[in-house]
Amino acid sequence: MLNSERSPLKGKRVQLMATCLCDAFYDDVAAATVEVLEHLGVEVVFPEGQTCCGQPAFNGGDWIASRKVVRHTVQTFAGEDPVVVPSGSCAAMLFHGAGLEFENEPDAPAVAALGRRTWELADYLVNGLGVKTWSGRYEATIAFHRSCHSRGTKSSEAALTLLQAVPGVRLVEFGEGEQCCGFGGTFSVSFPNISAAMGNLKLDHVRAAQPDVFVSGDMSCMMHLGGLAAKEGKPIKTQHLAQVLRDALKGGAR
Amino acid sequence: MRFQPIDQFAAGLPADKRASVYQSTKTTHEKRTKLLFDQFTDPNRLRQLAGEIKQHALENLDTYLPKVEAKLKANGAQVHWASTGEAACQKVLEIMQARGATKMVKSKTMVSEEIELAKFLKPHGIEALETDLGEFIIQIDDDHPSHIVRPIIHKNRREIAQSFEREGLGAYNDDPETITRRARHFLRHKYLAADVGLTGANFVSAESGRIVLVTNEGNSRFCLAATKVHIALIGIEKIVPRDRDLGLLLNLLGRSGTAQDLTVYTEFINGPKSTAQPDGPEEMHVIFLDNGRTDVLASDCREILRCIRCGACLNVCPVYRQASGHAYRSVYPGPVGAVLSPLLMGGKFAQKADLPKASSLCGACHEVCPVNIPIPDLLLRLRNRAKEENVPSPGTPPMGAWALMASQPTAWKAALLGGKLLDYVPTKLIPVPALQAWSAQRALPAWRGGEFRKWMKQRKR
Repeated sequence: MLNSERSPLKGKRVQLMATCLCDAFYDDVAAATVEVLEHLGVEVVFPEGQTCCGQPAFNGGDWIASRKVVRHTVQTFAGEDPVVVPSGSCAAMLFHGAGLEFENEPDAPAVAALGRRTWELADYLVNGLGVKTWSGRYEATIAFHRSCHSRGTKSSEAALTLLQAVPGVRLVEFGEGEQCCGFGGTFSVSFPNISAAMGNLKLDHVRAAQPDVFVSGDMSCMMHLGGLAAKEGKPIKTQHLAQVLRDALKGGAR
Repeated sequence: MRFQPIDQFAAGLPADKRASVYQSTKTTHEKRTKLLFDQFTDPNRLRQLAGEIKQHALENLDTYLPKVEAKLKANGAQVHWASTGEAACQKVLEIMQARGATKMVKSKTMVSEEIELAKFLKPHGIEALETDLGEFIIQIDDDHPSHIVRPIIHKNRREIAQSFEREGLGAYNDDPETITRRARHFLRHKYLAADVGLTGANFVSAESGRIVLVTNEGNSRFCLAATKVHIALIGIEKIVPRDRDLGLLLNLLGRSGTAQDLTVYTEFINGPKSTAQPDGPEEMHVIFLDNGRTDVLASDCREILRCIRCGACLNVCPVYRQASGHAYRSVYPGPVGAVLSPLLMGGKFAQKADLPKASSLCGACHEVCPVNIPIPDLLLRLRNRAKEENVPSPGTPPMGAWALMASQPTAWKAALLGGKLLDYVPTKLIPVPALQAWSAQRALPAWRGGEFRKWMKQRKR
């Protein structure tokens, strides 16, 4: 299982790792993350030099290329403040994957130290800050996708705790919830047939549950599933957990 | 080739095959989960413990192997060591020829499939007959197993009925009971006529030298009922330290593999027939096989040798469910095979270096593994090895330029602005294979490169 052991929290200032997907496509998810954190009185610092966590090359097997990016990330997120990431996948890259590819590297301790203060957003909110209730209102039936890189961590349970706390939210289960959406990073383009078949199976299950919104803590899964649905001409409404929380504070519709 | 071989295979798989693989794996997986979590308060702790026991045994093979050899000899068995598959085949042939034996019945041995024993023995006039129903069907069809515990998961009963008709086992009849009865009738005569019974082993206890075999058909018992010689062909990773470890491992094996509390038959074999026993083989030969295993043990993927061949990782794997077992071109398919098969290739690693790519790294395999093998980590290590050895990898985007960009903030920010091009130029005109592969199946969201950074700056002022 993934190692999500981390240093104890001191203070309420965090560094935001927006993720490359939010940097390129999902700016509103990063903005929602900032608004949610600030609502809770957290000071959010955005290190301008940030790029990507290094996972694409790590999963692709090019660990030399990946380590170059991880080293840059370690430099960019220097200091003691926790790093909060609105993605279970990028968070797991820092607290698990990077450790694997730095096993025999001299700077492994610095990489491990960054891993120990890296938090997936929902995990930070619930298990870091102790948030158990939410104010505002969000009228919707929501299906929540547990992303695979949160297996063995507290992230999915934390996300469900938050969604259940939002007034107006009705959660629905769907079939084979433990199965992967089929994204898998470079897997989605080197195994496009299997990837799409996995995604379509997930969509069938989700559609059968008839949610108003399909929510996840990882936009990579949503980009793949939403992209499949849109290409098919049957789009589904996808949102990140942070957007639901932010929209609830603003009264529901957005 | 534009995409990975396993993806191509999956794309060409007939829908009915995919459906039967999917249904069968899904059902077994769900039953397994229910059984484990209904019956044990903390099945994950059991998986971890079993993993620790197997890992301990592997890391101390240098003491356990001599120990088990001494025990087996004390129990009256003869022990042989084979460093390669060829050496093991040769040893089997030697034992058979020395006794003028020409008929072998086999049970419970994936290792014999791994070293292609039946193919080796055939030109020497030796018939090596499979007695597990599924394996028997594979053999008469000259096919290959596609699942570790359900070798014929890819076949339907109509195909099997046709094979039986072709082999003269009766007129076409696809009723499963009839098929089973016909196979049983045919095999009973073979058991009686055979000279040698060949088995594998699920476990070997270093403490007692006991060999443990589990089956649901009882065929391994039949293999050893009328034959005079028992040959057990065993990979060196099957050793467990103590008899009491078997309690945990057998409980996990049945539940993980077939969602049974225990398999129908569990045999403990303690050597050849004693003078007090009325029947059973008079001679017992144990051949311990390396065939690349010590190299795996020396590698950074040694945890894969813990595997107890339950097939739970295949059942839960979304890629296996889509691609089926033959896609893996190996005796060991699915997630465990994607690690083990390339490793067992030794110097020919490159030929199977694509197998570790066939995973979305979802981690479901690790979550169900009864010996807690971190399969995703091992897949990643092998991907890195393939890259280091410059094995071509169709469809995998090159990462060098990306890494340069992602380690220089100025270049990164420029790319965020440049990406806007995607909104204006039709994707088909952009010659980036990864983008093409993406867009063939999925729409791309609107490019919003740099927008968040702008927003963040503005609100701070």
